[in-house]
Amino acid sequence: MADILLRGGRVIDPARNFDANADVLLQNGKVVRVEPGIAAAKDTRIIDVSGRWVVPGLIDLHTHLREPGQEYKENIETGTAAAAAGGFTAVCAMPNTAPPNDNRAVTELMVRRAREVGAVRVYPIGCITLGQKGETLAEMGEMLDAGIVAVSDDGKSVMNSEVMRRALEYARGLGLVVIQHAEDTCLSAGGPAHEGAASTRIGLRGQPAAAESSMVARDLELVALTGARYHVAHASCADTVRLVREAKRRGLPVTCEVTPHHLTLTDEACAGYDTSTRVNPPLRSASDVAAVREALADGTIDAVATDHAPHSSVEKDVEFELAASGMIGLETALGLCLELVHANVLTPMALFARMSAAPAKILGLAGGTLAPGSVADVTVVDPQVAWVCDPTRFRSRSRNSPFGGRNMRGRAMLTIVAGNIAFAEEKLVG
Amino acid sequence: MSASLPFSQKHLLGMEHLSAEEITTILDHGERFLEIAERPIKKVPTLRGKTVINLFLEPSTRTRTSFEIAAKRLSADGINFTASSSSTTKGETLIDTATNLDAMSPDIVVIRHAQAGSAYLLTKHIKAAVVNAGDGQHEHPTQALLDASTIRAHKGKIEGLTVVICGDIDHSRVARSNIFALRKLGAKVRVAGPRSLLPLGIESLGVEAFDRVEPALEGADVVMMLRIQLERKAGGRFPNTREYARYFGLNPRRLALAKPDAIVMHPGPMNRGVEISPEVADGPRSVILDQVARGVAIRMAVLYLLGGGSDATE
Repeated sequence: MADILLRGGRVIDPARNFDANADVLLQNGKVVRVEPGIAAAKDTRIIDVSGRWVVPGLIDLHTHLREPGQEYKENIETGTAAAAAGGFTAVCAMPNTAPPNDNRAVTELMVRRAREVGAVRVYPIGCITLGQKGETLAEMGEMLDAGIVAVSDDGKSVMNSEVMRRALEYARGLGLVVIQHAEDTCLSAGGPAHEGAASTRIGLRGQPAAAESSMVARDLELVALTGARYHVAHASCADTVRLVREAKRRGLPVTCEVTPHHLTLTDEACAGYDTSTRVNPPLRSASDVAAVREALADGTIDAVATDHAPHSSVEKDVEFELAASGMIGLETALGLCLELVHANVLTPMALFARMSAAPAKILGLAGGTLAPGSVADVTVVDPQVAWVCDPTRFRSRSRNSPFGGRNMRGRAMLTIVAGNIAFAEEKLVG
Repeated sequence: MSASLPFSQKHLLGMEHLSAEEITTILDHGERFLEIAERPIKKVPTLRGKTVINLFLEPSTRTRTSFEIAAKRLSADGINFTASSSSTTKGETLIDTATNLDAMSPDIVVIRHAQAGSAYLLTKHIKAAVVNAGDGQHEHPTQALLDASTIRAHKGKIEGLTVVICGDIDHSRVARSNIFALRKLGAKVRVAGPRSLLPLGIESLGVEAFDRVEPALEGADVVMMLRIQLERKAGGRFPNTREYARYFGLNPRRLALAKPDAIVMHPGPMNRGVEISPEVADGPRSVILDQVARGVAIRMAVLYLLGGGSDATE
């Protein structure tokens, strides 16, 4: 691989609280120098990134790659291509594949496929329980040896308190973070929408925000009991945010993520029965959206994670209440989050803390910084370029996004993984 | 009949997005069609040559029959496609069913379906006009129209009346459509029932909510009782039907709290002795069978307005 010199950009590296114009030299898969006026050696590839932001590669804590088993929705090749196009240099792959990633063989398959066809780094997440049934602990130790970085039954909640307690204890012993899809499924009862004024008006069965927050409350007591590292997946409501804020004040080892869609859409988006707005947890009320935005800004919510959930027309071209939950997000996440920067909700430094430095820290992953000596995972962002979201042009194999036609400002122009170009907007690199 | 008032909607999906003028237009046409039921030959050629498909994917007897009679009295060719005979049980999607039917060039598709938004979904995929005959717990617009027609006939107006809708509001498409329609027409609407059957945020629809029926009934002009929908899992929301009848059912003692000339309505089918006592259901203030009669006329008006029929009553 040729050395790469990114010349003339604004380097934003939250892990070092660094924000200044500087050149960045990448050599042998590492960042070697970050300073102004670096002279290039003869064979170095020089890329002019003036007017752009040079940031540590984005890391997604919550991606569904659908391989193995549901390759008609997505696979590791298309999913990581979508990730690269969205500015991500690494994704954490949720284990609700078919079969689920609840044993070493599936983990090894994912690691091997990622090495063969992955455009970005893929970090598998293993199941908490066998078959995500919430009954018997999965072989976390063997999966850890094979390469998992955390455990989660995402898509399902661990309902049984005793099972959750033992999972937290066992994972703690292995140094694994437990990521919970927090949902009291007795209380949510499969409700396809957020329960509130909008669901009442449009006649969709609702699930209350308390279905999420009550499960978070229970889990936090179990975290206090066990001392395990606990991470709340896709926090969506004001009460969850309040509980996490209080837990952090208590000193509990808890972290939390939010999706771009819960930051930018309310339950009113479901009024046209567009099944791409059916997600779980559901799109919430305006006051919940305000609360998660505030919590993202003040650091109560540590990270943005996409919950990229590809589904085909088979699952989505049906009645709203019969549609599968989830929307794709890898190729819209940065554009949507930049809306928060343009609206002065987040500083650029805070945004890339939430999309890169914090995710790396939460799971102890490589990258998340441009400090010399770190891996050469770098994203170049044009913060101003205007574009119209068109899901038909996505790299993802699926099209289930409600953001088609949305006017975006800012996107990834160049994604570099371990010193290699994984994605380049044509205008930037010929 | 002259096209007196404007009606430019292609479909009838719900009351939420209709204007008061459009609702009044349908009610006016419905009143004119009412008279046809009195004729010895109950048929006009208005929709001759038009095809109406009743796509009923959820069990229904009275609404389907009402639409069927309405189509026949307008001389349309009506075809029933019901859940038991449908291909949906063979795994076909709603969209495939609809596009297949649409390929046979119907003019109007009347759909009853268990999921909210299904009528709306149909409009995205077929050319025919779509009439929502009930979508999940969302809307049932022709029921609200026939209810408004009944109220107007008995009270002379709707504006300024106090209407109480009582019972399982959460699962009720009838309640939602009536709330939208009656609010637009200027009525005050109260909803009443056990709190566990009142959906969150119901007040945002412009109604007053009561968790006891007695205060809601005070001074009411219209009392509309809803069916307890045991089939929609309403059961777990209250202890049992005996206690429901005792605290929330409409009996003569409770009805006495309403205005002396208050009318009693029910969309049917009734659970006699649960939400309504037989004395009230069969009593002098009950207009329940008039609702049924007006149902046919209102559905004729809807089919006429959407079907682009020629002369209405001759």
